[in-house]
Amino acid sequence: MAMPQTNALSEESPSTADIAVSARNVSKNYDNVEALKDLSLEFPRGQLTSLLGPSGCGKTTLLKIIAGLLEPSAGTVHVNGQAVTGPGPDRAFVFQDFALLPWASVIRNVAFGLELRGVATSEREAIAEKYINDVGLSGFEKSYPHELSGGMRQRVGLARALSVDADVLLMDEPFSAVDEQTRRKFQEDLLSLVANENKTFIFVTHSIEEAVYVSDQIAILLPRPSRVSDIIRPTGLREKDLTTIRRDPEYLDIVDEIWTSLKTYVE
Amino acid sequence: MKIFGIRLPRMSSLILWGLLWEIIGRIEFSFFVPPLSAVFATLFEIIGTAAFQKAMYETSYAFISGVFFAIVIGIPTGIIMGKNRLIDELLLPWVNIFLSAPLTALVPVLMVLFGFGMKSIIITTTLFAIWIIILNARAGVMQINRSLIEMAHSFGASSWEAFSKIYFWAALPEILGGVRIGVIRAVKGVIIGQLLISIVGFGALFELYSANFLMKHFWAVLIVLFALAFTISEVLAYLERRVSYYAAKR
Ligand SMILES: Nc1ncnc2c1ncn2[C@@H]1O[C@H](COP(=O)(O)OP(=O)(O)OP(=O)(O)O)[C@@H](O)[C@H]1O
Ligand SMILES: [Mg+2]
Repeated sequence: MAMPQTNALSEESPSTADIAVSARNVSKNYDNVEALKDLSLEFPRGQLTSLLGPSGCGKTTLLKIIAGLLEPSAGTVHVNGQAVTGPGPDRAFVFQDFALLPWASVIRNVAFGLELRGVATSEREAIAEKYINDVGLSGFEKSYPHELSGGMRQRVGLARALSVDADVLLMDEPFSAVDEQTRRKFQEDLLSLVANENKTFIFVTHSIEEAVYVSDQIAILLPRPSRVSDIIRPTGLREKDLTTIRRDPEYLDIVDEIWTSLKTYVE
Repeated sequence: MKIFGIRLPRMSSLILWGLLWEIIGRIEFSFFVPPLSAVFATLFEIIGTAAFQKAMYETSYAFISGVFFAIVIGIPTGIIMGKNRLIDELLLPWVNIFLSAPLTALVPVLMVLFGFGMKSIIITTTLFAIWIIILNARAGVMQINRSLIEMAHSFGASSWEAFSKIYFWAALPEILGGVRIGVIRAVKGVIIGQLLISIVGFGALFELYSANFLMKHFWAVLIVLFALAFTISEVLAYLERRVSYYAAKR
């Protein structure tokens, strides 16, 4: 299932770029389910890579293996050249269901990663304050998660991941719980984060449009057996004006190609 | 309840039962039932006596120590059982057996093991309270949102941090529910223990009063104990309602 070559695909080969995270021949079996089989994929530093694929193809599994939360049945993951053996300060996870402490205020939730790393109270709250401000939640420091909307909770989870200043941000469908307007706002915010913070983003999504809109590189995962079926690099789009990108023929072409290749698995 | 359009305070029916008691006492129906007014008069008399205050002190001491051990041992045990499959498999049958066992029957054995004193009473109290505390803490941990644990783990939490910053707080509403029922059971435990080991606290008082057929004294002490037990349970129910407010928002 080769993708037709378009000018959207970059000439630049990922192997020459600086690689922040690489998964080599990773397999993962849950009892009888083969979630991942011999998967290899590289994530260039400072860029956003999307994992796109049908439900159950192993996106969350791959993300958790990179995070060190799951052990692969075979293969290795390297982050900054070091083999992953467990969670580490170089990676931060943004959870699909937010994973906020319901008994803690917004500021304690945002500072929780720093709290676990032993940063002193005043220092960690100053850092948390900054990121609460960055994600647009200032004024809600003393609120509790149940007093926030889904989108606001997601921003708390994002601020928490940003505040530990990890090199790699792992985001599992971070925008799936928000409405369409908020989602578009988040996508724009995400693009400016990628541009301003020198971090590597690994981003799981169900939405083809979202993947094409925000990604430097899209890995298309297919199930049974799970593998990377294609890597698409819409680098041409990244130089274009964000406000008109959704009408851009190149954008529409890429969305269409991905849809064609995924369609067979949806039936 | 409303009568003739007037809202009566809770438990005002107790007045009616009190009156009935008074009448039965006045007509001298039985030697064992003195009039309620006489019982209350005796109550105020004996509250000041050294024997009563000593019994009160010993009972509180045994009760508070017993509850303390039940909580301090019960909560961590329950949390560990909720976290660890193997430990859970090992301990759960015992917890369930002791939860429903007639613990009163164990008291004589405890007396043989730990002597006829305070130690046995404290252990009896703990044994009455601890099982439900364990079971509730365990249930609280088992319903924890898995991703909270993964979150703590991903930010590098040690086992102790996961325990003290996640498991305990996430299970808190269930834990407090267990503590409330446990404390009510402890009230039973401390009294039953004293009655069977009748040389300390209220056990000694009861022994003294009933041996001398001092029925007014006997009833007076009984009323004090019932009132105490009821008050403790109401206070805990109030605290629990306040926590379940937050639990509902999880
Ligand atoms: N804890 C588990 N035990 C057994 N099987 C599991 C477990 N977690 C995931 N699986 C299986 O592994 C496969 C991949 O799961 P995974 O959650 O990684 O998919 P996903 O791509 O994230 O799906 P979605 O897009 O729906 O979130 C699925 O078939 C799933 O049934
Ligand atoms: Mg998933």
